[in-house]
Amino acid sequence: MLKINNLSKSFNKETDHEIQLFKNFNLEIQKNKCTAIIGSNGCGKSTLLNMIAGSIILDDGEIMLEDKNIGRLTEEKRSVHIGRVYQNPSMGVSPSLTILENMSLADKKSERFTLKRLVKKNRIPEYIKLLKELDLGLENQLNTQVKYLSGGQRQSLSLVMATMKLPDLLLLDEHTAALDPKTSFVVMEKTKEVIERHNITTIMISHNMKDAIDYSDRIVMLDKGKVILDKDSKDITEAELMEIYRMRISRDIAS
Amino acid sequence: MNSLIITSLEQGLIFGILALGVLLTYKILDIADLSVEGTFPFGAFIFAKFISSGMDPITSSLLAFVLGTLAGLLTATLFIKLKIKPILAGILTMTILYSVNLRTNGKANIGLFDFPSIFDNVNKLLLLFIIVIVIKVLMDLFLKTESGYLLIATGDNEALVRSLGQNSNKYKIIGLMLANGLVALSGALMAQYQGFADMTMGSGIIVIALASIIIGDTVKKSSNKIKNTTRAIFGAMVYKIIGGIAIDLGLNNHDLKAVNALIVISFIFYNNNSSKIKRFFKNLFKKERGEMNA
Repeated sequence: MLKINNLSKSFNKETDHEIQLFKNFNLEIQKNKCTAIIGSNGCGKSTLLNMIAGSIILDDGEIMLEDKNIGRLTEEKRSVHIGRVYQNPSMGVSPSLTILENMSLADKKSERFTLKRLVKKNRIPEYIKLLKELDLGLENQLNTQVKYLSGGQRQSLSLVMATMKLPDLLLLDEHTAALDPKTSFVVMEKTKEVIERHNITTIMISHNMKDAIDYSDRIVMLDKGKVILDKDSKDITEAELMEIYRMRISRDIAS
Repeated sequence: MNSLIITSLEQGLIFGILALGVLLTYKILDIADLSVEGTFPFGAFIFAKFISSGMDPITSSLLAFVLGTLAGLLTATLFIKLKIKPILAGILTMTILYSVNLRTNGKANIGLFDFPSIFDNVNKLLLLFIIVIVIKVLMDLFLKTESGYLLIATGDNEALVRSLGQNSNKYKIIGLMLANGLVALSGALMAQYQGFADMTMGSGIIVIALASIIIGDTVKKSSNKIKNTTRAIFGAMVYKIIGGIAIDLGLNNHDLKAVNALIVISFIFYNNNSSKIKRFFKNLFKKERGEMNA
């Protein structure tokens, strides 16, 4: 499905602070599965996600989606295949527009934007249906500006918008990290529902070990740009993950 | 007094077009575009050039709009292709336009009294009102289209626009071009209205535009019912009336620009602190009543 081959990426090039984060990095993501990528700060998980999405340009290597190398495409070209929900609840929506306007934009994803009216009345029942599935009452607030919604509501809307035109690949960029535990749980459950209903191939970045185990099929742990653990989620427990995590951190402190 | 109000309204409408232009960049795209300081007189000089070479006033005004969009394209190119910060890109365009304006007609001011204008033999106020309404309606319609919404979304959240598979830079270019076109048109109308084009027409024009937008925002701030475009036009007219009254009351013309800036500062202060200000007056009122009762 998604194959990352020989990927390299350095930061702060040609300065004293040059860091090579990825060197000949390889990873394969299976179709219709949810893969969680975990690891401590600076391990490269966000960079990896950004390189897949195209917001960070890779130095070397290829990113094969099905049989197409998307590694050199611009972010907007890649978005035909990719849906993304960001950590910041404002990133996936247009806050000053209404729910209806936001959904109408998402409905036109990767199409040509013309001088026709954006909001199409005949599509509203479909939007209402999608919002009803979230069960947050958003279907009754179609004309509310998104900036007046709570973080959890916004993230749920982002999720619906990112999956409205089913993407080949869904990227979840710590999308519940900015939410309180209860809302985070609700949004994670909604996410699971949407992914399972449409069988979407997903990469999820998380700091939350429990979420990673509960909601993914496979866990990949990164450390300094290398895969240090790659297991089926059912074969590992939260305690074991925490132990590996702790060992890494204490080793880092010792070194 | 009556003629003062009418003059203020007429000029307010001309500045309304200016404000509609700046609304696109400042408010919708969130770009501080200073090139309008050059585009406003540019429009006036372009008009002067064409009208003095025998063209009719309507075509000359429309050409001012068209060439104005090119000034916007220049700013957009500096900003997007050469990665110059928008504020500097605007200043650079403005500086370039200064020379261009001088070159267009070879002098710093040109009288236009001998040439026809769109205001000949018509009611100026009515004509301006119609022009402004037509532009406003067109703009409102555009902002409801698929492309129009992408323009709004670009100012709101560029990441979303890219994730929709669209090039956000394209919409910045469109916005900057339309904005500068409108500002140039406003300059062309002002030149016809006052009967001359002058190099200094543009200085401080951005303050007038911002004042209009900010004053417009003060009206029923939280209401979604009033469109941004309506607010900008209304703001421009209120602004001109305030200025007109100030001059009528004996304000020295030399002080006008400083007063303009003060008007902007006070409206921004009010917008940012309206709840505090309201509370202050409420308390003051209560206290006075309390004292009276005692």
